[in-house]
Amino acid sequence: MTTLYYTEDHEWIAVDGDVATVGITAYAAGQLGDVVFVEVPDDGKSVSKGKEAAVVESVKAASDVYAPVSGTVIEGNQALVDNPALVNEAPEGDGWFFRMTLSDIGELSGLMDKTAYEALIAAAG
Amino acid sequence: MSDLPADAPLLTTPLDALHRELGARMVPFAGYAMPVQYPTGILAEHGWCRNHAALFDVSHMGQAWITGADVAGALETLVPASYRELKAGRTRYTVFTNDQGGILDDLMITHVGPDRWFVVVNAACKEADFARLQQGIGDRVTLDVLADRALLALQGPTAAAVMAHFAPASAAMVFMQAGPLDVAGIPCFVTRSGYTGEDGFEISVPADQADHLARLFLDHPEVKPCGLGARDSLRLEAGLPLYGSDIDTTTSPVEAALTFAIGKRRRNDGGFPGAGRILAELEQGTSRLRVGIALDGRAPARAHTEIQDTEGRRIGEVTSGGFAPTLNAPIAMGYVETAFARPGTPLRLIVRGKALEARVVSLPFVEQRYHRG
Repeated sequence: MTTLYYTEDHEWIAVDGDVATVGITAYAAGQLGDVVFVEVPDDGKSVSKGKEAAVVESVKAASDVYAPVSGTVIEGNQALVDNPALVNEAPEGDGWFFRMTLSDIGELSGLMDKTAYEALIAAAG
Repeated sequence: MSDLPADAPLLTTPLDALHRELGARMVPFAGYAMPVQYPTGILAEHGWCRNHAALFDVSHMGQAWITGADVAGALETLVPASYRELKAGRTRYTVFTNDQGGILDDLMITHVGPDRWFVVVNAACKEADFARLQQGIGDRVTLDVLADRALLALQGPTAAAVMAHFAPASAAMVFMQAGPLDVAGIPCFVTRSGYTGEDGFEISVPADQADHLARLFLDHPEVKPCGLGARDSLRLEAGLPLYGSDIDTTTSPVEAALTFAIGKRRRNDGGFPGAGRILAELEQGTSRLRVGIALDGRAPARAHTEIQDTEGRRIGEVTSGGFAPTLNAPIAMGYVETAFARPGTPLRLIVRGKALEARVVSLPFVEQRYHRG
């Protein structure tokens, strides 16, 4: 069973056991505009909660994608590298950035659920 | 994810309500709320301008009349272009220089005729520019800053056909020609120029009629609104410098590869701020030059990216960089040591700690298509 969490940095993390998939939210993709370049982490890379894990660049600017929790990358989304527009087309689906194993399940407790995240972006206008 | 934009109280242009109605994302720019993009997005807007006609709101820029018996002579004490020879009805690009030969702003000056001139300056610099004009030549000319006019830019290969529909006389204008013109019956001041590399017009219109005129343009099937995001990617492809990024007080016009903005007569006579340095650079060259850079991969290199030679030695810095929608590839502009400025020279750009292969290319990246008649 998959549980969906969100971060204040506008990322989503879908957790199934000790494996998770990470991407940016539709709100974030909309704010970025047309994405023209994506860099995803290699398999086996260790990532730390809150630290840079991937890169997303729109026509205008480059942004970091942070690891929402600590763990080890098991797969970067090559389809996204080949077609960065997937971030705009399906940010919370085929436009995922990377999959990872979690080193500390407890870190999930600090993240938001969908209701809390929707309240956050509603407050942001 | 980092760096989402924040909101702040800002000035608005006469088209503010229209932008919001069109669903624009408004961002702070030079103290104004400006549309960075409309719902179609920067790539679509960029493509529309390259293939049809794009309407930009550039009302944040500064506009002024300058009148007097010898405006040209007065202006020439502040800028290196030749204006004494400029015929009425013609526009010429120039830069304000400081005593060290650095660039204070770049601007367009039109000789309206006979004793009337029109200037358009960058939004972020306009207060300083107008103060400079007032203090520098205010005893010889009358400066009339136009706070009650909007500025629209209609740009693209079909801009001329659209303009001819609303202002038939515009068809006779060529690149860098300007004059008063009724557009859809509204008294405007029109220049055949722009900042996209395409044919097009900049239209100074009374503020209270700007919304009406913009809607008339947008009702034309060839015209779509374009934001500042596309304006930036278009000007980068066209090789045009952005003040504050590619040129500033630390760069001279010669280093910036803007020698065309220095008049022939002025190269002998000088008489503008920083002439000592600038004329010496024209003679002897400079230690660095602004160049175009094409990257081999897909990753853009943004402003302040370090430029190295193939041995790994730092030889310069990127000043503007991004993705070129027309070329479907990353491009950049920056300054390199003069020995590395020749087109074809291999470079390395250091992005997130990695060296990206790149090379110097001649500007513009995308051919300019001005209507020279």
